Amino acid sequence: MIELRDAGYNYGGSNLFAGLSLRLTPGSFHFLTGPSGAGKTTLLKLCYGELIATSGRVDIFGVESQSLSRDALALARRRIGVVHQDCQFLDHLSVAENIGLPLAVADRADEVAGNLDELLAWVGLSAQSGQLPPQLSGGERQRAALARAVITSPDVIIADEPTGNVDWEMSQRLLQLLVELNRMGKAVLIATHDLDLIRSAKGLVQARVLRLSGGELQVAGADL
Amino acid sequence: MSKLTIENPKISIGRVFALLAGDKQADRVVPPTGFTARLTIFTAGAMAFLAVFALALSMATGRLAERWAAELARTSTLRISAPADQMDAQVAQAVIVLETTPGISVARPLTKDEQRALLEPWFGPELPLDQLPIPQLIEIVEEGDGYDATGLRARLQAEVPGAVLDDHTRWREPLIAAAGRLRLLALLSVLLIAVSTGAMITLAAQAALAANAQVIRVLRLVGARDAYIARAFVRRFSLRALLGAAIGTGLGMIAILLLPRSDVAGGFLSGLGFSGLSWLVPLLIPPLAGIVAFAATRSAAMRRLGEEK
Repeated sequence: MIELRDAGYNYGGSNLFAGLSLRLTPGSFHFLTGPSGAGKTTLLKLCYGELIATSGRVDIFGVESQSLSRDALALARRRIGVVHQDCQFLDHLSVAENIGLPLAVADRADEVAGNLDELLAWVGLSAQSGQLPPQLSGGERQRAALARAVITSPDVIIADEPTGNVDWEMSQRLLQLLVELNRMGKAVLIATHDLDLIRSAKGLVQARVLRLSGGELQVAGADL
Repeated sequence: MSKLTIENPKISIGRVFALLAGDKQADRVVPPTGFTARLTIFTAGAMAFLAVFALALSMATGRLAERWAAELARTSTLRISAPADQMDAQVAQAVIVLETTPGISVARPLTKDEQRALLEPWFGPELPLDQLPIPQLIEIVEEGDGYDATGLRARLQAEVPGAVLDDHTRWREPLIAAAGRLRLLALLSVLLIAVSTGAMITLAAQAALAANAQVIRVLRLVGARDAYIARAFVRRFSLRALLGAAIGTGLGMIAILLLPRSDVAGGFLSGLGFSGLSWLVPLLIPPLAGIVAFAATRSAAMRRLGEEK
């Protein structure tokens, strides 16, 4: 579904990384680890087309990301649920409206009612559904971002530190949600520093742990 | 692997109706912006108010040109300058000549009061007409295909030596041309008003787009297409322009209605206004303003969205 082939990216002339290859196939589950500044967020952005690789190529659903028109990229993003590190909400809309936004922009607003309540309950935000994003705590924002990422039941879920601000119990709950989606055939890619989260996934899912460091992407240890 | 396809983005009647009907969620994705909203409504209102006057001017000058053309084309004036003791005889002879000329239906010497009224704007009231060597004017009204001016002049030269025939051609044409140009200028004003409205709304839309860059970014990240993002701005600005223009047009029409009537104040400007069905013409201004705003905002939005991937 998403494939990086010898992909590289440089900021202002200096290479962040180069020659990276990665395939996100249906049902695959990847953790991406590495030190801060190694380029994990940049790699994720290449995967959902917010950035274009400066070398190599990135195919999104079979089309090179560089050649995607804006409308085609928008359609591709409807099939990719993204949890951003900084969450990215529309602050004037309620939490419920923000979570339902991917369905609304895809002209599937009629599906919001059916999915929203269940999803809000799952991420523990039923009581906050009418609040505005600035009124939420950091952990609540991350849960809301995850709910928004999965509400369309996308083919690929990409999450950047999705459990950074949530407690252990909630992080397990969120992981369980991602595992359930993965069992439905969705590809999952999670960038995280949280080794406990990776360990807890053992036994729940067959995942591959990748480490991005020094501009290289390596398999970290044995697959889970 | 499945390939990505996009729908045909052409504008259709259905899309226009969909735009007017609105989409509550799509409308709400862009936060309300007080400044640009007020600017758009005010600009559209002010421009519509001016457009009403420009239209009224255009129609008044059109009517004036037609009236002058019709009235002046059917009338002439015979001026008789003669010594006081010969004046009555020459006038009587001139009337006989005119009444026997084919193509003339009426030949009527103006009364002293009528001549005084003609001179009053220049010499003031109570003009002692009897003491001044004022020529006598005879109004000629044509019928059918009119008269033979050359033949009439020859007859008058022989029978009424003090008579000069003025068939109005000399000053009728420049007057009609002037009225026509005034009408053209009024229509040009309407066009300039439409262009200015478009430019102002474009600036307001660009300001709104720039202020909402983060909103646009989030919408793109969740899969919104350009058309969806643009629609939220386009509908908002079109409706604001429609509202502002409706208010401006209403006020403009009331102002026109309150102008002095021509039979009260007289003169050219008091004839400014609409008559009969022409009162319906200004009602086209609000929908036209909406269309201008639609085109201006859509163009600004698509250009802005196209600048960044």
